[in-house]
Amino acid sequence: MENAFGQPQTIVVLGGTSDIARAVLKKLCSARAHHVVLAGRNQALLDEAAAEARDYGATTTHTVLFDATEPLDAARAVSDCFAAMGEPVDLVIEAVGLLGKQLEYEDDPTMAATMSIVNYAWPVAALAEVRRRLVAQGHGRILVMSSVAAIRVRRSSYLYSGAKAGLDRLSDGLADSLEGTGVTLQILRPGFVRSKMTTGEPEIPFTTGVNEVAENVVRGLAGSTRVIWSPPILRYVFFALRHLPGPIWRKVADR
Amino acid sequence: MRTRLTGWGRTAGSLAELTAPSTEEAVAVALRAPAVIARGLGRSYGDAAQVGGGLVVDNAGLNAIGPISADGLVTLGAGVSIEDLLTVSIPQGWFVPVTPGTRQVSIGGAVAADVHGKNHHVDGSFARHVRAMRLVTPTGVHTLSPEVEPALFWATFGAMGLTGIVSEVTLQLLAIASDQVLVDTDRYDDLDEVMAAMVEGDDRYRYSVAWVDCMARGRRMGRSILTRGDHAPADANDPTRHAPHAARLAVPITAPPGLLNPATITAFNELWFRAAPRHRVAEAQSIGSFFHPLDGLRDWNRLYGPRGFVQYQFAVPDDGAEAVTDAIARLSQSRVPSFLAVLKRFGAGDPAPLSFPQPGWTLALDLPVGPAKLAPLLDELDELVIAARGRVYLAKDSRLSPRTVRAMYPRLGEFAALADTIDPERHLTSDLARRLRLREG
Repeated sequence: MENAFGQPQTIVVLGGTSDIARAVLKKLCSARAHHVVLAGRNQALLDEAAAEARDYGATTTHTVLFDATEPLDAARAVSDCFAAMGEPVDLVIEAVGLLGKQLEYEDDPTMAATMSIVNYAWPVAALAEVRRRLVAQGHGRILVMSSVAAIRVRRSSYLYSGAKAGLDRLSDGLADSLEGTGVTLQILRPGFVRSKMTTGEPEIPFTTGVNEVAENVVRGLAGSTRVIWSPPILRYVFFALRHLPGPIWRKVADR
Repeated sequence: MRTRLTGWGRTAGSLAELTAPSTEEAVAVALRAPAVIARGLGRSYGDAAQVGGGLVVDNAGLNAIGPISADGLVTLGAGVSIEDLLTVSIPQGWFVPVTPGTRQVSIGGAVAADVHGKNHHVDGSFARHVRAMRLVTPTGVHTLSPEVEPALFWATFGAMGLTGIVSEVTLQLLAIASDQVLVDTDRYDDLDEVMAAMVEGDDRYRYSVAWVDCMARGRRMGRSILTRGDHAPADANDPTRHAPHAARLAVPITAPPGLLNPATITAFNELWFRAAPRHRVAEAQSIGSFFHPLDGLRDWNRLYGPRGFVQYQFAVPDDGAEAVTDAIARLSQSRVPSFLAVLKRFGAGDPAPLSFPQPGWTLALDLPVGPAKLAPLLDELDELVIAARGRVYLAKDSRLSPRTVRAMYPRLGEFAALADTIDPERHLTSDLARRLRLREG
């Protein structure tokens, strides 16, 4: 059970090999998390992430395999995670994501569809099952990894950012639907983060490392704000960017 | 309909079904639920009387008050509050043998937490005054006393409801001649002075407690107000005895976050300290103002704002007294806001495996949730307490871990094994039990 400071003890991570999720997990395991279930598509990477969680204080870890291109399998994956936990789940981190190669994919209908399935359809299906189970528990938290890119979609990553935009907006409504259930949902909107996902991408202003994001997440989980921005200043930066006229936005965004 | 429940600290809530049975048979039916826990008036600070997704059994329906015998024995339904009892008993010349800082606790809750009061150094905790009780468990109803099924009797005190649901308690009351308490008050400029005064003089008083200013720093660190007293003799002019009246004031809404911050609490503590006399003897105070000062303001927990607060209460043996000084020094240095720190000496404990009091010292601190440094600071204090062979009070806890609770309560394994004999399928659980894995031993 989560304690008075919002420190979870039992955590399920969907997309358990995500660098950001791993950084968050390290911090939560050094506080109170002792039972962790990691789900992903690569067993070797999951095992590595599980070993890391144990190094940071988790006493029990499990792994579950799934393929995010199969959204109709998402409920099975979530059920397996809850079954492996065998006790109430305090926090579910939804961290599935594929940045992909925009320029190669944008004229390829199959890859365009895959981008929206992995970044949107699978997480949406998984969240439906997570919602059902946490509401039955009468308590729990959900952290959905969105992105600042969801706030204003850039030409150079619209397949990824557009799907994240859908997930971000949907999560907002999902969070509203949880009022009075004992379950809360928070949306994480990081800026550009140096991680294996972004290796080779050009860095932009307000770039941070995964540890800084994890720091902001832990602070956000202790409170109750709907959206966790990382770094926090991006909240104001994107308020401005969102309202830029198109021609100026294109110059700024594609610089 | 599910209801969101929290403890008095208003942190970490969860939703559960709520039922309020008025017979033992109905309690037994409720215990068939897969996850079930009793709840009284919700004065435990943390997550002891809630179970997310399960069934919470409100004991308010078990509210019978039997006649008080000539030697002060009374049989009470577990849902009777100390306030209800005093309303009946004080006019007849009887007082509860042990009362915590509020009258708003149920008798069942007083058993579950094995509550203590300002007289612990003389009279022990609640368990010492219980002559018999009825406990409904998933495998049957037990009539328990120190002589009949003593292991289950004692295991129930301090177990926070995990041995079953208490339906009825036979309690030995304390004879009083008046509704007044004669109080001696002394002010001390630092912690060493007040602790020395308590060691030296507490035995002369039935009731003793000190209030410590944890915001004062430097030479004034740990300055304190010590109040000690006993029930007054009969008043020849006014022989009637009045029970304390219900609260007339209430906090109407949850305060905005940050109302209680280092500045406001430092100011409050300063006023409180200065308002106390340096030395005053035999001042007559009402039972309400001496024992239950906060009961005058209903819903005072709302003052802590939407994020709520935690209470940290620990006990250490006399040879671990440095943990008290050390804890106050760390709090004072960290500038984490805290007020109404209460320091008291404990007398002998009882044989209950999970009961909190042990001979020595206890310190209780109220701390608003908010400052990021609070969680790690309390983790540090846990280690201090463990090193001093002390423990944290489960009725106050909302943040210990499975590891630290095992270091503090070495008899937890023995307790869990006993609980399994009367509840092998582990119906009895709570958010507290899940967080600390109390049923796993």
